[in-house]
Parts: sequence; structure tokens; C-alpha cells
Amino acid sequence: MNSLNVSLPGLELKNPIMPASGCFGFGREFSQLYDLSQLGAIMIKATTFEPRFGNPTPRVAETSAGMLNAIGLQNPGLEKVVNEELVWLEQFDVPIIANVAGSQEEDYVVVAKKISASPNVHALELNISCPNVKTGGIAFGTIPEIAKNLTKKVKEVSEVPVYVKLSPNVTNIVEMAKAVEDGGADGLTMINTLVGMRIDLKTGNPILANRTGGLSGPAIKPVALRMIYEVSQQVSLPIIGMGGIESAEDVIEYLYAGASAVAVGTANFVDPYVCPKIIGELPELIGKLGYEHISECTGRSWKKHEKAAHYCS
Amino acid sequence: MIRQEHCKVISQIKLAENIYELTLQGELVHEMKEPGQFVHLKISEGYDPMLRRPISIAEILPDESQFKMIYRAEGRGTALLSEKKPGDYTDVLGPLGNGFPISEAGREETALLVGGGIGVPPLYELSNQLVNRGVKVIHILGFQSASAVFYEDKFAMLGETYLATADGSAGTKGFVTDVINGLKINFDVLYSCGPTPMLKALENQFPHKKVFLSLEERMGCGIGACFACVCHTGDDPDGYSYKKVCSDGPVFKAGEVVL
Repeated sequence: MNSLNVSLPGLELKNPIMPASGCFGFGREFSQLYDLSQLGAIMIKATTFEPRFGNPTPRVAETSAGMLNAIGLQNPGLEKVVNEELVWLEQFDVPIIANVAGSQEEDYVVVAKKISASPNVHALELNISCPNVKTGGIAFGTIPEIAKNLTKKVKEVSEVPVYVKLSPNVTNIVEMAKAVEDGGADGLTMINTLVGMRIDLKTGNPILANRTGGLSGPAIKPVALRMIYEVSQQVSLPIIGMGGIESAEDVIEYLYAGASAVAVGTANFVDPYVCPKIIGELPELIGKLGYEHISECTGRSWKKHEKAAHYCS
Repeated sequence: MIRQEHCKVISQIKLAENIYELTLQGELVHEMKEPGQFVHLKISEGYDPMLRRPISIAEILPDESQFKMIYRAEGRGTALLSEKKPGDYTDVLGPLGNGFPISEAGREETALLVGGGIGVPPLYELSNQLVNRGVKVIHILGFQSASAVFYEDKFAMLGETYLATADGSAGTKGFVTDVINGLKINFDVLYSCGPTPMLKALENQFPHKKVFLSLEERMGCGIGACFACVCHTGDDPDGYSYKKVCSDGPVFKAGEVVL
């Protein structure tokens, strides 16, 4: 019996594990290491209408239990992603979630319309929360009314369900979630990175050429868990959770907080086999915890459960 | 093929000030072909440091399933690496990247190998393989000072070897380019690894020669997925074309990418 399959709008997932956008390119590199068809889904790198080179280097800096990145949405542009990357990905039996980014409303709409028509794109992830681009991005992700309107515009043209990726760099995450729910979002993905900085001791300058970058990795896990815990009780949209996940235990913690599936980001850089490893470990862990199916875990931290968990590791 | 393996530490030797030679044993050695490739090491089990560390391969010893790396203990990661002892294990991902094209230097031809500081190590395996092919090698190695010099004797066994130091405490006082200009060396192919200003100087000085340069950049994944170590291409210096240092390089033909 499959104890890991999850149904979400547009997505019939074999398991709730997928690599997070920006941490997996378009899958080509990792396909040298394992069969991508094992994955629940793949969130491909953010796509913009025009090609983007991204920011100058250094683009990454390290910190305890995390890393900062300021890649700057480098991607080959809509045409190449649709005609080359998505076509290449068709060889794998795995649904694609296409991350859509832009600096103005029209960009998002054009990209969403075209990319959602690709046969293997089963859902969009609306990237209104990239902290590393100078215009657009972050305003869409921090002002509820703007986020709501953008969601509505993208929903009008998208042929597949739309998940909105929320930024943690806001005062009230629930307000943002409710706004995009009002805009017609089919789901949420959360969280994007937290804006941070590291400074070089010798030069006195920020290490990243972009000065600031997005913090990811285990350091942000408690922030993401708290936000998912709050949002999942206030909106009825399914949530794909992300932020520092690197083990089957982390996955369960995210589901308990209120997520229905999860994405693995930074951990792919540390252990490139981390996604299949987690998928392999999950059945035993949910059995140990006393569940028959992984979906029983969602929202356990705030739902009243009669069944007691028996964690006997 | 890229492999991930917990490799056994065979030896750890301090060669010079903060410079260590680490010998590891593992099956992934048999995947190592080209000189100039690197491995990505997860040095500690915990989160400090979080990411892997890219370190170049200095010598491949297939008969013993061993390889050597020479690194400078500078930051948190390499300082922890220098504490590894024989019998310990280290998580290695590799081999990664594309190395120096040895077939560019023919039999009886002369290859000039120019290294700067911690860019010197991959030239040792390169020199070994070139000599095995019947190529004449000349080494010019630049260091900060005499206390930072390593492998001078080992290089000298393979071919003519000249040193340059910034303070003049060993070899010629000055840069590697000062040595090249002083000796008026003739060569067919130039291979180099070291600080970017040195690579730029070599690229500018020999525009009509076959020159191959190994670059260094901060990396994330090491396999080409994260886009941390991207550089512009020489034919489109302000456009959207790019190369990834980790997976397209780290060795490029001079002019192929913008230094």
C-alpha cells in the first residue's frame, strides 16, 4: 500500500517530497545522480519573460546552519524554458511546478499563460517573494492588495492551479495568505528566504556582491513552522512547506504544523541524494509514529487527535 | 561519473605554513581522469560549516585507490579539515568539473605550468600526466614567501622549476610573470591555476598562444544546479550567456569566459 501519495489541486503526488525552486535548476544536474521520476514533483527554477543573467558574484555566503544567496533569478527566459527545459523534463514521470517571476504584472501574466500550457506543468508557483531582484518581486509579496490583484490576474490566464509563494519578510503573514486566497489562489508555498547579510572581516564589506541575500537552511526552519502553523489555521488552502528540511523527521514536523507536502531546498547542496533518501525513510517513520497514511499528519499540532502517537525510535 | 563516498583518511601532513597535504582512500578515485578536477567535501557532520568545500585534486594514485589534496587552512571549514587524522572518514562528492586538456600538448612539445599559491596543487597531477605523455614541462610557481612554498622538489623531479615570491625570500622577487619575462621561455601550451589577477596577466600577455586557466569561485552545490559560480562568456561579456565554474569549468580556454 502506498502510504505517501498526496492529492493537491492539480497535483497527484506519489509522495509529498519535491526539490524547491532555485535549488535544483531544471533537473539536468541531479538527473546524473538519480532517477527524477522518484520525486513527488519538481519545482523548477524561476522563469521570467526575458532571459536574466542575475547578480554579480559572490552570490552565496555561508552562516551557521544556513546560507545566504543572491543569485538574482538567473534563467534562460520563457521561450527556452518552455521549448527546451520543459520538453527535456517530459522523459520523467513527475509533475512539474513552474515558478513564475517578473518585475511587473504583465510579465507574470505572459509567463503564466504560456508556461501553464506546457503538458507536464501541473501547477504554477507564483514567485511574489524573491528578495534578490531590485524591482517588482518583493512589493508584490509584501503588500496584500497588490498580491491579491496579481493572483487574480494570473488565475485568469493560467491553465493549471496557482500556488502563491509567500515571503516571510512581512509583519503579518496571515494577512498576506488571506489576501491571495481572496485573489483566487489554489494553494500556498511557504516560506521563501529571509533577507540577511554577512560582512567580510578583512574588507569590511558585505560578502555578497548584492550586499543582501536570502537566508535558507535549517536556521529558518522554526520561522517557517510558526508561519505555517498560523496560516494553516486561518486559510483553507493547502500548503507546501519549505525551509531547512533535510530529514524525514523534518517532513513530519512540517506536516504537523499544517503543510500537506514539502519542498527540500538547501539540503540538496549538502547531500545531493537527500530527496530520494527522505522518500525512502518516510514509510518507516510514519509507521513508527502510528499512522497508516502520511496525510494523517497534516495539522496535527493544532487539530485535536484521539490517536496517540508512539514514537519509539 | 560523480560519486558520493565516505573516504578514509590515510595521512595528513603539514607541508608549509597553514598548508596541508591530505591523502584519502576510496573507490571514487577510479572515476578521476583529468587533472584539474575537484572534489566537494562535507567536513563536519553538523551545521558549522553548513556547505561543502571545493578542493582541487593534487595527485591521483589509482593503484592504491587514493588521492591527495593540498589545501590552505584558512576558514572554518579548512581549519576543521586540518584536524582530520588517519583512520577518520570524510564525506566526498566527486570528481567534479572539467580539468586541463592534456591532449593539447603533443609529444616533444613544451608545456608551461604556472601556479600561484593554493592554485599550485592541481598542476602536480597535470605535470605527472604530461610527462607520461612525453611532454616537456616547465614549472613557474609563485608564493607569498619562502614559508609558504611546498612541493618544489617534487615539481623539480618532473621538469625545470622556478619560484617567485612576493617578498623575495625564495626564488625571484616579484610575480610569476616577472620570471617568465626574465627567462624568455618558449612554450607550446600554457596551463595555469591561481589568483584571478595572475590569470588575467597571463591571458593578456599570450593572446596568440594556447592558454588554459583554472578559475576559483564561491560555490554552492558544485554540480551546476545552484548558479552561484556563474561567469560571463568572452563572446558575450554583457549579455545573458554564461558558464558555470563548477560544471563547465573550472578549467577554461583563455578568452572563453570573462575573468
